[in-house]
Amino acid sequence: MSVIASSPTERKATLSLTGSLAAGVGFAILALMLAHRGASTPIVITLALAAWAIAWFANVIWSRAEGLPPVLTRLAPAAVPLLFGLTLVFLWEVICVGLKVPTVLLPAPSLIMARLFASLPVLGADFAQTFVRAAVPGWLIGSAAGFLVALACDRSDFLRRGLIPIGNFISALPIIGIAPILVMWFGFDWQSKAAMVVVMTFFPMLVNAVAGLAAAGRLERDLMYSYGASWLQTLLALRLPAAMPFLFNALKINASLALIGAIVAEFFGTPTLGMGFRISTEVGRMSLDMVWATIVIAAIAGSACFGALVLLEKRVTFWHPSNRS
Amino acid sequence: MWDRLRRGGLVPVLTLTAIILAMWYLACLPMNRDLPQLARVEGLANRYEVAWGLERPVLPAPHQIIGELYASTIGTRLLRESADGLVLNPRNLLTHAWVTISATLAGFVIGVLLGIALAVAIVHVNALRRSLMPWIVASQSIPILAIAPIIIVALGSVGIVGLLPKAVISAYLSFFPVTIGMVKGLTSPDAMLLDLMRTYNASRTQTFAKLRWPAAVPLLFASLKVSISISLVGAIVGELPTGAQAGIGARLLSGSYYGQTVQIWSALVMVALLAALLVALITLAEKLTLKAMGARP
Repeated sequence: MSVIASSPTERKATLSLTGSLAAGVGFAILALMLAHRGASTPIVITLALAAWAIAWFANVIWSRAEGLPPVLTRLAPAAVPLLFGLTLVFLWEVICVGLKVPTVLLPAPSLIMARLFASLPVLGADFAQTFVRAAVPGWLIGSAAGFLVALACDRSDFLRRGLIPIGNFISALPIIGIAPILVMWFGFDWQSKAAMVVVMTFFPMLVNAVAGLAAAGRLERDLMYSYGASWLQTLLALRLPAAMPFLFNALKINASLALIGAIVAEFFGTPTLGMGFRISTEVGRMSLDMVWATIVIAAIAGSACFGALVLLEKRVTFWHPSNRS
Repeated sequence: MWDRLRRGGLVPVLTLTAIILAMWYLACLPMNRDLPQLARVEGLANRYEVAWGLERPVLPAPHQIIGELYASTIGTRLLRESADGLVLNPRNLLTHAWVTISATLAGFVIGVLLGIALAVAIVHVNALRRSLMPWIVASQSIPILAIAPIIIVALGSVGIVGLLPKAVISAYLSFFPVTIGMVKGLTSPDAMLLDLMRTYNASRTQTFAKLRWPAAVPLLFASLKVSISISLVGAIVGELPTGAQAGIGARLLSGSYYGQTVQIWSALVMVALLAALLVALITLAEKLTLKAMGARP
């Protein structure tokens, strides 16, 4: 204790935080054990509510961070949401097991994780079909195409004034609806899903890239002009770096659109694998734990891509005010 | 007049639209060349004439889509007699549009109210902000639409079918943009303005009503436009997994089962019109509200 807390107030605050955390975990474990042994519902629910209340109390202390030693204060931005998330998963588990919620309605997290590890080969094949073959190439091609058209718009003012209103209009439309047509054109396999992703990711990149290419300031452009820099030199040295926050914004939007597009397009027909295929067939068979396992995979893949893009953005746009502290 | 038109966006937009339509008409022959109806037709003009009037084309010509749209809306009776009196005719596309739009609007209203309530709570409770905001941001990276079938089946297993499950999906999709936008808007007043409210001895409620809420309204409308179109997507996708009997999504699905391309395209045009109409309505409400609040253009 004295290692991290140096003053009496810090010691007191640390004690109340660790104490409430320990009590919360203790109550939670007790509630889970009793629930899985089939104890009577009121007891389990009371224990679970107690664990929840104590965890919330710990969260309030931690997020207020008054009198806490610096180590714990620094951990707070990550620990507080993590604690909150764990509490939610715990409540989900206890409610599902304690109240004997039917699996069709909502399977318990433990059941979902067991199913996930038991069917890793199937889920891996689905992941390769939907994510590696359809979502990633579609995302790359769609974003690249959007960027190239934005460059063309940059050269031709007429094209820009004509295409941007159309792009804005199409962005507001449910583009996902053309999935059945693309399946008809490109066949049942991953090609039609990749095409769907290309169409979905094209317009966000176009609109963002055009805005980004206009983001460099008048003063800096005049400077480049006075250097006698060509269009390409100005683009590479000034306007592309200035556009990076916009491009990354589009890439992040497109990352989640790509997964959605690839999965939903599979609802309209696939060979017998793929995440969307898995979801729609297992829903038909009422084995919701498999559906949830697929969703867990999709969520992990989606957040991993998002996180990787955020890290890359921090490296590339280190000069941006939001990254300088 | 001509100068203003040229500087504005109208001429470029119309030109590009015309080019796209021309390319569409030209593409009809290459796209449909493998169909049996075209096998024994000679001469380019004759081939195009056949390609623009096929019954189940790979790519229908625009006038075929408009014709189908007309035939399935104005050309079909909207109401028909049945055992329970007059009901909406399922052959009319407007019936399906209404089914989808009612779910969209119900979900949109639920989602927006939920999103605003959550944003107000997040702004006022510090612990909630630090616990919840990272999850709300992270949830953006999850393909939420994949959950749609689960919601339909789970609610169906407890006997809730029809409009409500679709509305739940729409609400779930549409509340994220509202929450994010409203948290941004409610926290947009800077320290100076908040200090001013403190010197007036304003209570939290007064600060909220007189400073935070008005500051958030422009951002609320920006979020509403995103929400309404995503809500429409949610309602359509909600109609897919169960093979719903009615709705634009069901129309798309049955069209893709039976290869009725013209039906799919006309349903798509209908969706585009609905989306444009909904966004236009919100833009109108935005203009009126901001004008009533005294915003200067």
